[in-house]
Amino acid sequence: MTKRSTEQIRLYGEFIRRKRLALLFSLLITLLASLYAVGVGSINIPFSELIRTLIGKGDSLSQTAIINIRLPRVVAAILVGAALASAGAVMQCVLRNPLASASTLGVSQGAAFGAAVGIVVFGGGVVNSATATSAITINNPYIVTVCAFVCGSISSIVIIAISQIKKNIGPGGLILAGVALSSLFSGGSTLLQYFTDDTKLGAIVFWTFGNLGSASWRDLLILALVLAAALIYFMFNRWNYNAMESGADTAKSLGVNTRSVMLVSMGICSVLSAVAVSFVGIISFVGLVAPHIMRRFTGNDYRFLVPGSAVAGALLLVLADTFGRSVVAPVILPIGALTAFLGAPMFLFLLFKGVKNT
Amino acid sequence: MIKVENITYSYSRSAGKVLDDVGFELERGQCLAVLGNNGAGKSTLLKCIDRICHTEGASVTIDGQDVFKMNGSIMAQNIAYVPQNAEGANMTVFDTVLLGRKPYIKWDVSSYDREIVSDILQKMGLEEFALRNVSELSGGEAQKVMLARALAQEPKLLLLDEPTSNLDPYNQHEMLHVIRDIARERNIAVMIIIHDLNLAMRHCDRFLFIKDAKVFSFGGVETVNPETIESVYGLRVDIIEHRGIRIIVPY
Repeated sequence: MTKRSTEQIRLYGEFIRRKRLALLFSLLITLLASLYAVGVGSINIPFSELIRTLIGKGDSLSQTAIINIRLPRVVAAILVGAALASAGAVMQCVLRNPLASASTLGVSQGAAFGAAVGIVVFGGGVVNSATATSAITINNPYIVTVCAFVCGSISSIVIIAISQIKKNIGPGGLILAGVALSSLFSGGSTLLQYFTDDTKLGAIVFWTFGNLGSASWRDLLILALVLAAALIYFMFNRWNYNAMESGADTAKSLGVNTRSVMLVSMGICSVLSAVAVSFVGIISFVGLVAPHIMRRFTGNDYRFLVPGSAVAGALLLVLADTFGRSVVAPVILPIGALTAFLGAPMFLFLLFKGVKNT
Repeated sequence: MIKVENITYSYSRSAGKVLDDVGFELERGQCLAVLGNNGAGKSTLLKCIDRICHTEGASVTIDGQDVFKMNGSIMAQNIAYVPQNAEGANMTVFDTVLLGRKPYIKWDVSSYDREIVSDILQKMGLEEFALRNVSELSGGEAQKVMLARALAQEPKLLLLDEPTSNLDPYNQHEMLHVIRDIARERNIAVMIIIHDLNLAMRHCDRFLFIKDAKVFSFGGVETVNPETIESVYGLRVDIIEHRGIRIIVPY
């Protein structure tokens, strides 16, 4: 090996180390933001008391506020943000569409409709009054998740079919298909609301705003397990995604079974989005925005983009939720509306910048 | 030795055959120019050999091993393909070339993979761009990066679809020189789709003319003659010699 070659490998090693450090740094910021988020709320808990409570030595009031209310909410923000963002990054790759995400392709709306069917029709949840903390209590997360997955998958299947049949449809065309599917499922949800009583109507409408406070520890455990399994699959396929970013023919020539990777990845993204949506309602645009923020630092290298998007999604949702809880406290602004405020300009920016017709 | 037999392909049942019973043999280290009109099926032929297009009843063997029975990674260790207008992902040149090591990577990149990439970047004169994004490079430089990525696969057969299409005359010659040198040095068989017959005659040893979906003629430099060119392209030409180099001149 020549001296120049050794120097080049050293420089590349440093380049990779910098990316790893950036990833670790964003993880640290997310942890600090989460810690801050746990401390913020209607009862002001000093930092020292917060730490004591987290290690199980706090007083009963702090214990109740933190362990039963705030911590599950912050953990929900982390898990849901990571789930939607990593699913968004992978969807953008396998569909070769920078505008793809669970919310723009109608997967979230499909899952929300399915979850609503599971709760109202199949009795998977108990509808309470439309309060900020618990509009709906899900007592059978399995049936709700399965319904959410089935309806979310309908959107995925239609999107995959369109992208395979009309190969020159382009990113805009797929998003239009997503708009049509979203309208279809919104129509379904409207019908469901039309035939239900006022209390349920209010509760379902509130739930579709997105509510991180509605997830229980059991729901979060299910989401954490699904997220962990999905991230393992995504990381096993990171080189396949890198190859697919270079075009389908190049990926095939590198030995990637593009069809199977796309189908399985989309299936997993649907499950991940469906589980997240079924527990906390529709949270738009995180899946679109977080991967694009991370691309600024990692490029399209999925070795870093998958974990990076997960961390960015978690951070984004923790910050949005903390803002929503503290800006007009004690009123909690709906998280879905806040992420839409953040995501819609980004979506317009991407459209304005021009997306390649792939 | 690379042996291609009975490649027949059509894009749909109602459409006519794009390729009909195409076959030929090629030695390792040889450079084959694939020639023919636009739409003759040249690109499809490369895609069929690389299993991007699925063919029934065809056979491609490399040193006696059936390519169609190999799993994806093993096939990618044997055949590398650079499509026409290949896109680079939003990655650095080093990462893009490293992608060529994908068929060998189990979980993480080894130091051997990094050495291979670094050597190829030097060989192709790309080391100064190593940490630059491919999208920042000119069309010609990006094309070189795609070739470097294919070479990182350490293939036995290299398939190149119009590798000189974005290059100026100087870089066209340089690119084909590099390809020919590497093919000989590493004992790789190369198939190049090329439209410039003079470039083909200068840099390739074997010539495959495709017309009406079939092999019109296949052989050494003697295959490139005015009669064949007129039959395949409908172009009347003279072949003259200048400083010992054969040149095709249309009239």
